[in-house]
Amino acid sequence: MYGINLVKGLMVTLKNFTKKPFTVQYPEERVKQHPRFRGEEFVWYEERCTGCASCAKYCPLGIIKIVTTPSETAPAEGDKYKLELFDISINRCMFCGLCVEACPYDALYMGSGFEQGQYSRKEMIIDIDHLRQADKHPSTFFRPQLEDTGYDPRADRPLHWQEVGRESWKWHQREKMGMNISRPVPPDLLPDEPKVDSSFVEDSAATPVPTPAEGAE
Amino acid sequence: MNCVLGADNILNDTVLYRVIYEAVGHVLPCGVSYVVAGLAMMLILANGVLLGAGLFSWVERRLIGRFHNRIGPNRWGPFGMLQPLADLVKLLTKEDLTPRGADRIVFAIVPVAMVAPVILMMAVVPFAKDTALVNLNVGILYILAVTSITSIAIFMAGWSSDNRYAMFGASRGVAVLISYEVPVVMSLLGVVILAGSMSLDDVVSAQAVPFFLVQPLAFFVFLAGTSAELNRTPFDVAEAESEIIAGYHIEYSGVKFALIQAAEFGAVLTASAVMVTLFLGGWSGPFASYLGWAWFLLKIGVLAFVFSWVRATFPRLRIDQLLAFAWKFLLPLSIINLFATALEVYFLRDAAGTLDTTDLWIMAGINFGVAFACLLIFGTLIKEKVRPAGPVTGAILSPGEAD
Repeated sequence: MYGINLVKGLMVTLKNFTKKPFTVQYPEERVKQHPRFRGEEFVWYEERCTGCASCAKYCPLGIIKIVTTPSETAPAEGDKYKLELFDISINRCMFCGLCVEACPYDALYMGSGFEQGQYSRKEMIIDIDHLRQADKHPSTFFRPQLEDTGYDPRADRPLHWQEVGRESWKWHQREKMGMNISRPVPPDLLPDEPKVDSSFVEDSAATPVPTPAEGAE
Repeated sequence: MNCVLGADNILNDTVLYRVIYEAVGHVLPCGVSYVVAGLAMMLILANGVLLGAGLFSWVERRLIGRFHNRIGPNRWGPFGMLQPLADLVKLLTKEDLTPRGADRIVFAIVPVAMVAPVILMMAVVPFAKDTALVNLNVGILYILAVTSITSIAIFMAGWSSDNRYAMFGASRGVAVLISYEVPVVMSLLGVVILAGSMSLDDVVSAQAVPFFLVQPLAFFVFLAGTSAELNRTPFDVAEAESEIIAGYHIEYSGVKFALIQAAEFGAVLTASAVMVTLFLGGWSGPFASYLGWAWFLLKIGVLAFVFSWVRATFPRLRIDQLLAFAWKFLLPLSIINLFATALEVYFLRDAAGTLDTTDLWIMAGINFGVAFACLLIFGTLIKEKVRPAGPVTGAILSPGEAD
């Protein structure tokens, strides 16, 4: 019958009318966030950081700036390098997480927030003081040891640096905790003997590279 | 001095008017108090309609939001109820632009000419027992006359804006309004025959059985026709956003745009009020003598919900489908309804020419059968007519070829 489809259409909208609205009222309600969420406000543990600048090297955009100085005051406490600058220009960050993947000491973590909008680009540069003072709610991105504990960065307490590292890397933890170097170190944790690639040195010394002038003749 | 309205005065039945008139008449001359009382009534009516329009704009946005599985405006005030106020303040602070090539006087008159019929329409609608501003004996004729002003206002808007989209919208709007006026008037004639009067008070008191049961076909035609005259979504070719941006009010901004919007939302309410009065029994209901206004508002709310529901459901029709719907579908239906009603009244009425409740129920039964048969037959017939016949070649044909 003509018009029956009009009634069907009306019934469809009426059915939707009785449904619960899909909208999430954002500031009051939130969508559930995955613990691996790669958010802003990077979590940085100064105690774990050696200033190796792996993160700065691996950053595809080059927005991490690290300046270190040899520490004069506390070599006995293991402060081989003192971090002067750790700037992350977060306004160009694409949150790829490569810096976190590159960090050998589990010192850098993705954050879990997304509400750090500012009015100017200058305010978007996170400096070392900001990183020191920020609450440590590390995302579990690329950190299986955190994910195994079931840590939820949006709900749970901030984590101390001793709680976040990989357990097998005890030498690092011990070194950073007490820096009791005099205590005997287990042999499996000792670094290998420095290996010098002598073959390369000898080869290059034995056969000199021909100069362009000789090759021409 | 004591001022008393004459018994033959048309406003004598309006209690509120008489009270104001006599109260003011104690201190001022009768002529002045006549004007003052009239102004007071107009103030109440105009503000009532405009506040109702604001409220309905919120209600409709909430309803359509829920139809779309959204929430709708809910931030300001309880349940977002103050949203129309925020919209109004925002529109008032906007610049009031007039296009350089516009006919400035006509351009400025249009918003008033759009709002005025909406408010004027409410003047004859009885909100409760003896609560109409005027109990006109030609109330239905008055309503039809006043609503026709809207088409002139739309054409004024389109012509004075000096904008082709506005002109397109106005042409479409006037075509639709004039087309749909015919079936609407024809469907109202059935109601007039049943009630034996054009006064809305008499129509309400004649509805021992609500007329949407006695006249289902007329109710359907009137609902569809009014929906088209209000320029609402299935029939909103006059202001089709996706085709001609905003149609006839494309050049309006600021407070003029606010008035036009208020007129559109208010028109839905007034059309609902008229429809409630004519087809749903007006203020009648249980405890109607002192709860009549509540029944009236409840019925208006139901109809406004239906309007929002229809708007949330259907996509826009093409202009030729729209006019075909009016001339090939609604007009025959309304004529059939008129003839059926006339025959039934002729055979069923008693010697005094009145119909009792049993007659109305008999007519309801007959008319439901007629309505179903008509919808079936004409629906099948028009189904072929509104469908485009083959590829559209009309644009490249010369006038002689295209017949």
